[in-house]
Amino acid sequence: MDTEVIKTETWAELLYDSLRELGITIFCYVPDAGHRVLIERSISDNNVISVPLTTEEEGVAFLAGAHLGGKRGVLLMQSSGVGNCINMLSLINAGRFPFLTIVSMRGDFGEQNPWQLPMGQAVEPCLMAMDTLCLRIETREDIPSTTEAATQMAYKSDQSVAILLSQKLIGAKPF
Amino acid sequence: MNRYELIETLVPVLKDTLVVCNIGIPSQELFSICDRENHFYMLGSMGLCSSIGLGLALTTNKSVVALEGDGALLMNLGTLATIGNRAPDNLILLVIDNGSYGSTGDQATYTNEATSLAAMARGGGCQSVIECPGDETARVLANALDAKQPSVIISKVVPGNRPLPVVPLHPIVLRERFKETIQT
Repeated sequence: MDTEVIKTETWAELLYDSLRELGITIFCYVPDAGHRVLIERSISDNNVISVPLTTEEEGVAFLAGAHLGGKRGVLLMQSSGVGNCINMLSLINAGRFPFLTIVSMRGDFGEQNPWQLPMGQAVEPCLMAMDTLCLRIETREDIPSTTEAATQMAYKSDQSVAILLSQKLIGAKPF
Repeated sequence: MNRYELIETLVPVLKDTLVVCNIGIPSQELFSICDRENHFYMLGSMGLCSSIGLGLALTTNKSVVALEGDGALLMNLGTLATIGNRAPDNLILLVIDNGSYGSTGDQATYTNEATSLAAMARGGGCQSVIECPGDETARVLANALDAKQPSVIISKVVPGNRPLPVVPLHPIVLRERFKETIQT
Protein backbone atom coordinates (compact mmCIF):
# COMPACT_ATOMS: atom_id res chain seq x y z
CA MET A 1 0.00 0.00 0.00
CA ASP A 2 1.55 3.30 -1.01
CA THR A 3 1.63 6.40 1.16
CA GLU A 4 -1.11 8.14 -0.81
CA VAL A 5 -3.61 5.32 -0.17
CA ILE A 6 -2.81 5.20 3.54
CA LYS A 7 -3.40 8.96 3.77
CA THR A 8 -6.76 8.68 1.97
CA GLU A 9 -8.00 5.88 4.18
CA THR A 10 -7.03 7.72 7.32
CA TRP A 11 -9.14 10.83 6.70
CA ALA A 12 -12.00 8.86 5.16
CA GLU A 13 -12.18 6.44 8.08
CA LEU A 14 -12.27 9.38 10.44
CA LEU A 15 -15.07 10.99 8.41
CA TYR A 16 -17.16 7.80 8.39
CA ASP A 17 -16.74 7.32 12.13
CA SER A 18 -17.73 10.96 12.72
CA LEU A 19 -20.92 10.57 10.68
CA ARG A 20 -21.89 7.39 12.49
CA GLU A 21 -21.29 8.98 15.90
CA LEU A 22 -23.64 11.78 14.86
CA GLY A 23 -26.47 9.33 14.22
CA ILE A 24 -26.31 9.09 10.44
CA THR A 25 -27.80 5.73 9.46
CA ILE A 26 -28.85 6.33 5.84
CA PHE A 27 -26.14 6.57 3.18
CA CYS A 28 -26.95 7.14 -0.47
CA TYR A 29 -24.40 7.82 -3.13
CA VAL A 30 -23.28 8.21 -6.68
CA PRO A 31 -19.80 6.71 -6.65
CA ASP A 32 -16.65 8.79 -6.64
CA ALA A 33 -13.06 7.82 -5.92
CA GLY A 34 -12.99 10.33 -3.09
CA HIS A 35 -15.93 8.58 -1.42
CA ARG A 36 -14.61 5.04 -1.96
CA VAL A 37 -13.88 4.31 1.71
CA LEU A 38 -17.15 5.82 2.95
CA ILE A 39 -19.14 3.80 0.44
CA GLU A 40 -17.35 0.57 1.35
CA ARG A 41 -17.77 1.20 5.07
CA SER A 42 -21.49 1.92 4.63
CA ILE A 43 -22.03 -1.28 2.61
CA SER A 44 -20.33 -3.45 5.22
CA ASP A 45 -22.01 -1.70 8.19
CA ASN A 46 -25.00 -3.80 9.30
CA ASN A 47 -26.52 -0.89 11.18
CA VAL A 48 -26.99 1.44 8.21
CA ILE A 49 -28.97 1.46 4.99
CA SER A 50 -26.68 2.07 2.00
CA VAL A 51 -28.25 2.74 -1.39
CA PRO A 52 -26.47 3.37 -4.69
CA LEU A 53 -28.26 5.93 -6.86
CA THR A 54 -28.29 6.37 -10.62
CA THR A 55 -28.18 10.16 -10.37
CA GLU A 56 -27.63 12.61 -7.54
CA GLU A 57 -31.08 14.18 -7.71
CA GLU A 58 -32.59 10.86 -6.65
CA GLY A 59 -30.61 11.29 -3.44
CA VAL A 60 -32.11 14.68 -2.61
CA ALA A 61 -35.61 13.20 -2.69
CA PHE A 62 -34.51 9.93 -1.09
CA LEU A 63 -33.20 11.77 1.97
CA ALA A 64 -36.39 13.85 2.18
CA GLY A 65 -38.32 10.57 2.30
CA ALA A 66 -35.94 9.16 4.91
CA HIS A 67 -36.48 12.30 7.03
CA LEU A 68 -40.25 11.76 6.85
CA GLY A 69 -39.52 8.25 8.11
CA GLY A 70 -37.52 9.71 11.01
CA LYS A 71 -33.92 8.91 10.01
CA ARG A 72 -30.75 10.96 9.51
CA GLY A 73 -29.01 10.45 6.19
CA VAL A 74 -26.26 11.79 3.97
CA LEU A 75 -25.83 12.03 0.20
CA LEU A 76 -22.31 11.33 -1.05
CA MET A 77 -21.51 12.78 -4.44
CA GLN A 78 -18.80 14.41 -6.49
CA SER A 79 -18.87 18.07 -7.38
CA SER A 80 -20.20 17.49 -10.89
CA GLY A 81 -23.28 15.91 -9.28
CA VAL A 82 -24.14 19.18 -7.55
CA GLY A 83 -25.33 20.53 -10.89
CA ASN A 84 -27.79 17.65 -11.16
CA CYS A 85 -29.36 18.52 -7.80
CA ILE A 86 -30.05 22.22 -8.11
CA ASN A 87 -33.71 22.20 -9.16
CA MET A 88 -34.50 19.42 -6.70
CA LEU A 89 -33.14 21.43 -3.78
CA SER A 90 -36.39 23.39 -4.08
CA LEU A 91 -38.06 20.47 -2.30
CA ILE A 92 -35.56 20.78 0.57
CA ASN A 93 -35.67 24.57 0.69
CA ALA A 94 -39.45 25.08 0.45
CA GLY A 95 -40.24 22.28 2.90
CA ARG A 96 -37.35 23.19 5.26
CA PHE A 97 -36.20 19.59 5.16
CA PRO A 98 -32.88 18.89 6.88
CA PHE A 99 -30.37 17.89 4.21
CA LEU A 100 -26.73 16.85 4.49
CA THR A 101 -24.46 16.14 1.55
CA ILE A 102 -20.74 15.49 1.32
CA VAL A 103 -19.24 16.67 -1.95
CA SER A 104 -15.83 15.42 -3.05
CA MET A 105 -14.38 18.24 -5.10
CA ARG A 106 -12.98 18.32 -8.58
CA GLY A 107 -12.10 21.57 -10.26
CA ASP A 108 -10.60 23.25 -7.24
CA PHE A 109 -7.11 23.15 -5.66
CA GLY A 110 -4.59 21.87 -8.23
CA GLU A 111 -7.08 20.62 -10.85
CA GLN A 112 -5.37 19.44 -14.05
CA ASN A 113 -8.44 18.70 -16.19
CA PRO A 114 -9.97 21.86 -17.69
CA TRP A 115 -13.35 20.16 -18.15
CA GLN A 116 -13.67 19.75 -14.38
CA LEU A 117 -13.13 23.42 -13.57
CA PRO A 118 -16.45 25.03 -14.61
CA MET A 119 -18.70 22.90 -12.37
CA GLY A 120 -16.11 22.66 -9.63
CA GLN A 121 -15.83 26.42 -9.38
CA ALA A 122 -19.63 26.80 -9.60
CA VAL A 123 -20.40 24.39 -6.75
CA GLU A 124 -20.41 26.91 -3.94
CA PRO A 125 -22.29 29.75 -5.73
CA CYS A 126 -24.89 27.28 -7.07
CA LEU A 127 -25.48 25.70 -3.68
CA MET A 128 -25.59 29.08 -1.96
CA ALA A 129 -28.12 30.29 -4.54
CA MET A 130 -30.37 27.44 -3.37
CA ASP A 131 -29.83 28.34 0.31
CA THR A 132 -27.51 25.42 0.95
CA LEU A 133 -24.78 26.28 3.45
CA CYS A 134 -21.27 25.22 2.44
CA LEU A 135 -18.59 24.13 4.91
CA ARG A 136 -15.24 23.32 3.33
CA ILE A 137 -12.79 20.77 4.76
CA GLU A 138 -9.17 21.21 3.73
CA THR A 139 -7.29 19.29 6.43
CA ARG A 140 -7.78 16.05 8.31
CA GLU A 141 -7.87 17.98 11.58
CA ASP A 142 -11.05 19.78 10.49
CA ILE A 143 -13.04 16.59 9.89
CA PRO A 144 -14.59 15.87 13.31
CA SER A 145 -15.55 19.45 14.14
CA THR A 146 -16.82 20.38 10.67
CA THR A 147 -18.79 17.16 10.33
CA GLU A 148 -20.40 17.77 13.70
CA ALA A 149 -21.14 21.40 12.87
CA ALA A 150 -22.72 20.50 9.51
CA THR A 151 -24.79 17.66 10.93
CA GLN A 152 -26.14 19.78 13.78
CA MET A 153 -26.97 22.67 11.44
CA ALA A 154 -28.81 20.26 9.14
CA TYR A 155 -30.65 18.15 11.67
CA LYS A 156 -31.16 20.55 14.57
CA SER A 157 -31.78 23.73 12.55
CA ASP A 158 -33.53 22.14 9.54
CA GLN A 159 -30.94 23.49 7.13
CA SER A 160 -29.58 22.30 3.84
CA VAL A 161 -25.84 21.83 4.37
CA ALA A 162 -22.99 20.70 2.12
CA ILE A 163 -19.55 19.63 3.31
CA LEU A 164 -17.09 20.26 0.50
CA LEU A 165 -14.04 17.99 0.60
CA SER A 166 -11.31 20.10 -0.99
CA GLN A 167 -8.71 18.64 -3.30
CA LYS A 168 -6.27 19.94 -0.69
CA LEU A 169 -7.59 17.10 1.49
CA ILE A 170 -8.26 14.38 -1.06
CA GLY A 171 -5.54 15.28 -3.58
CA ALA A 172 -5.88 16.44 -7.17
CA LYS A 173 -6.38 13.58 -9.62
CA PRO A 174 -3.96 13.28 -12.54
CA PHE A 175 -6.90 12.72 -15.01
CA MET B 1 -61.65 6.61 -17.33
CA ASN B 2 -59.38 9.62 -16.76
CA ARG B 3 -57.00 10.36 -13.88
CA TYR B 4 -59.60 12.08 -11.67
CA GLU B 5 -62.04 9.19 -12.04
CA LEU B 6 -59.21 6.74 -11.33
CA ILE B 7 -58.12 8.58 -8.16
CA GLU B 8 -61.73 8.47 -6.93
CA THR B 9 -61.59 4.66 -7.05
CA LEU B 10 -58.15 4.55 -5.36
CA VAL B 11 -58.93 6.74 -2.36
CA PRO B 12 -60.68 4.01 -0.31
CA VAL B 13 -57.75 1.63 -0.90
CA LEU B 14 -55.21 4.28 0.12
CA LYS B 15 -56.86 4.97 3.49
CA ASP B 16 -54.21 3.28 5.64
CA THR B 17 -51.16 3.79 3.45
CA LEU B 18 -48.65 6.62 3.24
CA VAL B 19 -49.10 8.37 -0.11
CA VAL B 20 -46.54 10.48 -1.97
CA CYS B 21 -48.34 12.21 -4.83
CA ASN B 22 -46.89 13.54 -8.07
CA ILE B 23 -46.60 17.28 -8.70
CA GLY B 24 -49.31 19.37 -10.32
CA ILE B 25 -52.84 18.41 -11.22
CA PRO B 26 -52.57 14.87 -9.78
CA SER B 27 -51.96 16.38 -6.34
CA GLN B 28 -54.76 18.92 -6.85
CA GLU B 29 -57.18 16.15 -7.83
CA LEU B 30 -56.23 13.89 -4.90
CA PHE B 31 -56.48 16.85 -2.49
CA SER B 32 -59.89 17.80 -3.91
CA ILE B 33 -61.29 14.26 -3.78
CA CYS B 34 -59.98 13.44 -0.33
CA ASP B 35 -57.33 15.24 1.73
CA ARG B 36 -55.73 13.13 4.44
CA GLU B 37 -52.73 13.78 6.67
CA ASN B 38 -51.07 10.65 5.30
CA HIS B 39 -50.83 12.34 1.87
CA PHE B 40 -47.61 14.14 0.95
CA TYR B 41 -48.42 16.34 -2.05
CA MET B 42 -45.55 17.42 -4.24
CA LEU B 43 -45.75 21.03 -5.32
CA GLY B 44 -42.54 20.87 -7.35
CA SER B 45 -39.56 18.61 -8.15
CA MET B 46 -41.10 16.71 -11.07
CA GLY B 47 -39.84 13.15 -11.33
CA LEU B 48 -38.86 12.56 -7.72
CA CYS B 49 -42.07 11.07 -6.32
CA SER B 50 -40.72 7.51 -6.45
CA SER B 51 -37.40 8.57 -4.89
CA ILE B 52 -39.16 10.18 -1.91
CA GLY B 53 -41.26 7.02 -1.69
CA LEU B 54 -38.18 4.80 -1.61
CA GLY B 55 -36.49 6.80 1.15
CA LEU B 56 -39.72 6.73 3.12
CA ALA B 57 -40.41 3.02 2.60
CA LEU B 58 -36.91 2.07 3.77
CA THR B 59 -37.40 4.00 7.02
CA THR B 60 -40.95 3.02 8.02
CA ASN B 61 -42.86 -0.22 8.41
CA LYS B 62 -46.06 1.23 6.96
CA SER B 63 -47.11 0.68 3.36
CA VAL B 64 -46.04 3.44 1.00
CA VAL B 65 -47.69 4.19 -2.35
CA ALA B 66 -45.84 6.55 -4.69
CA LEU B 67 -48.51 7.95 -6.99
CA GLU B 68 -46.46 8.89 -10.03
CA GLY B 69 -47.26 10.05 -13.58
CA ASP B 70 -45.90 8.83 -16.89
CA GLY B 71 -44.32 12.15 -17.84
CA ALA B 72 -42.68 12.54 -14.43
CA LEU B 73 -41.35 8.97 -14.40
CA LEU B 74 -39.85 9.50 -17.85
CA MET B 75 -37.83 12.32 -16.25
CA ASN B 76 -36.21 10.02 -13.69
CA LEU B 77 -35.98 6.60 -15.33
CA GLY B 78 -32.92 5.69 -13.25
CA THR B 79 -35.30 5.30 -10.32
CA LEU B 80 -36.58 2.08 -11.90
CA ALA B 81 -33.12 0.54 -11.47
CA THR B 82 -32.80 1.85 -7.91
CA ILE B 83 -36.25 0.57 -6.99
CA GLY B 84 -35.73 -2.61 -9.00
CA ASN B 85 -32.76 -3.46 -6.80
CA ARG B 86 -33.47 -1.82 -3.44
CA ALA B 87 -37.23 -1.44 -2.91
CA PRO B 88 -38.45 -2.95 0.36
CA ASP B 89 -41.67 -4.99 0.58
CA ASN B 90 -43.75 -1.99 1.63
CA LEU B 91 -43.22 0.14 -1.51
CA ILE B 92 -45.67 0.31 -4.38
CA LEU B 93 -45.01 2.56 -7.36
CA LEU B 94 -48.34 3.30 -9.02
CA VAL B 95 -47.92 5.15 -12.30
CA ILE B 96 -51.00 6.89 -13.65
CA ASP B 97 -50.20 6.63 -17.35
CA ASN B 98 -52.48 8.90 -19.34
CA GLY B 99 -49.92 9.41 -22.09
CA SER B 100 -50.00 13.11 -21.45
CA TYR B 101 -48.27 16.01 -19.69
CA GLY B 102 -51.55 16.99 -18.06
CA SER B 103 -50.40 19.98 -16.05
CA THR B 104 -48.89 21.79 -19.04
CA GLY B 105 -51.67 21.41 -21.60
CA ASP B 106 -51.95 17.69 -22.32
CA GLN B 107 -49.03 17.43 -24.70
CA ALA B 108 -48.44 13.76 -25.57
CA THR B 109 -45.72 11.75 -23.80
CA TYR B 110 -43.80 8.94 -25.50
CA THR B 111 -45.99 6.32 -23.81
CA ASN B 112 -48.47 7.26 -26.55
CA GLU B 113 -46.01 5.90 -29.07
CA ALA B 114 -43.41 3.16 -28.77
CA THR B 115 -42.45 3.52 -25.08
CA SER B 116 -43.60 0.98 -22.47
CA LEU B 117 -43.08 1.94 -18.83
CA ALA B 118 -43.90 -1.65 -17.79
CA ALA B 119 -41.08 -2.96 -19.99
CA MET B 120 -38.75 -0.29 -18.59
CA ALA B 121 -39.68 -1.25 -15.02
CA ARG B 122 -38.98 -4.91 -15.78
CA GLY B 123 -35.72 -3.94 -17.44
CA GLY B 124 -34.82 -1.97 -14.33
CA GLY B 125 -35.13 -5.11 -12.26
CA CYS B 126 -38.63 -4.69 -10.80
CA GLN B 127 -40.03 -8.21 -10.25
CA SER B 128 -43.74 -7.53 -9.87
CA VAL B 129 -44.92 -5.26 -12.68
CA ILE B 130 -48.58 -5.10 -13.65
CA GLU B 131 -50.05 -2.98 -16.42
CA CYS B 132 -53.82 -2.67 -16.20
CA PRO B 133 -56.72 -0.49 -17.35
CA GLY B 134 -57.75 2.31 -14.99
CA ASP B 135 -60.98 0.62 -13.94
CA GLU B 136 -59.09 -2.45 -12.68
CA THR B 137 -56.43 -0.50 -10.80
CA ALA B 138 -58.10 -0.25 -7.38
CA ARG B 139 -58.39 -4.05 -7.24
CA VAL B 140 -54.80 -4.53 -8.48
CA LEU B 141 -53.56 -2.05 -5.88
CA ALA B 142 -55.47 -3.76 -3.07
CA ASN B 143 -53.94 -7.11 -4.09
CA ALA B 144 -50.47 -5.57 -4.28
CA LEU B 145 -50.84 -4.13 -0.76
CA ASP B 146 -51.89 -7.57 0.52
CA ALA B 147 -49.01 -9.29 -1.28
CA LYS B 148 -46.37 -7.50 0.87
CA GLN B 149 -43.84 -7.27 -1.92
CA PRO B 150 -42.52 -4.34 -3.91
CA SER B 151 -44.76 -3.73 -6.92
CA VAL B 152 -44.99 -1.45 -9.90
CA ILE B 153 -48.46 -0.81 -11.31
CA ILE B 154 -48.92 0.98 -14.62
CA SER B 155 -52.52 2.19 -14.78
CA LYS B 156 -53.65 3.14 -18.28
CA VAL B 157 -56.18 5.98 -18.41
CA VAL B 158 -57.16 8.65 -20.91
CA PRO B 159 -55.95 12.28 -20.69
CA GLY B 160 -58.09 14.92 -19.02
CA ASN B 161 -57.87 17.25 -16.03
CA ARG B 162 -60.33 18.79 -13.58
CA PRO B 163 -59.95 22.57 -13.30
CA LEU B 164 -58.98 22.85 -9.64
CA PRO B 165 -57.09 25.33 -7.45
CA VAL B 166 -53.57 24.61 -6.23
CA VAL B 167 -53.14 22.71 -2.97
CA PRO B 168 -53.46 25.47 -0.34
CA LEU B 169 -50.94 24.01 2.10
CA HIS B 170 -47.36 25.19 2.59
CA PRO B 171 -44.71 22.48 2.08
CA ILE B 172 -43.60 22.91 5.71
CA VAL B 173 -47.15 22.16 6.85
CA LEU B 174 -47.29 19.14 4.55
CA ARG B 175 -43.99 17.89 5.94
CA GLU B 176 -44.90 18.37 9.59
CA ARG B 177 -48.37 16.85 9.48
CA PHE B 178 -47.07 13.89 7.48
CA LYS B 179 -44.31 13.23 10.05
CA GLU B 180 -46.86 13.38 12.85
CA THR B 181 -49.01 10.84 11.03
CA ILE B 182 -46.08 8.43 10.77
CA GLN B 183 -45.16 8.80 14.42
CA THR B 184 -48.68 8.03 15.68
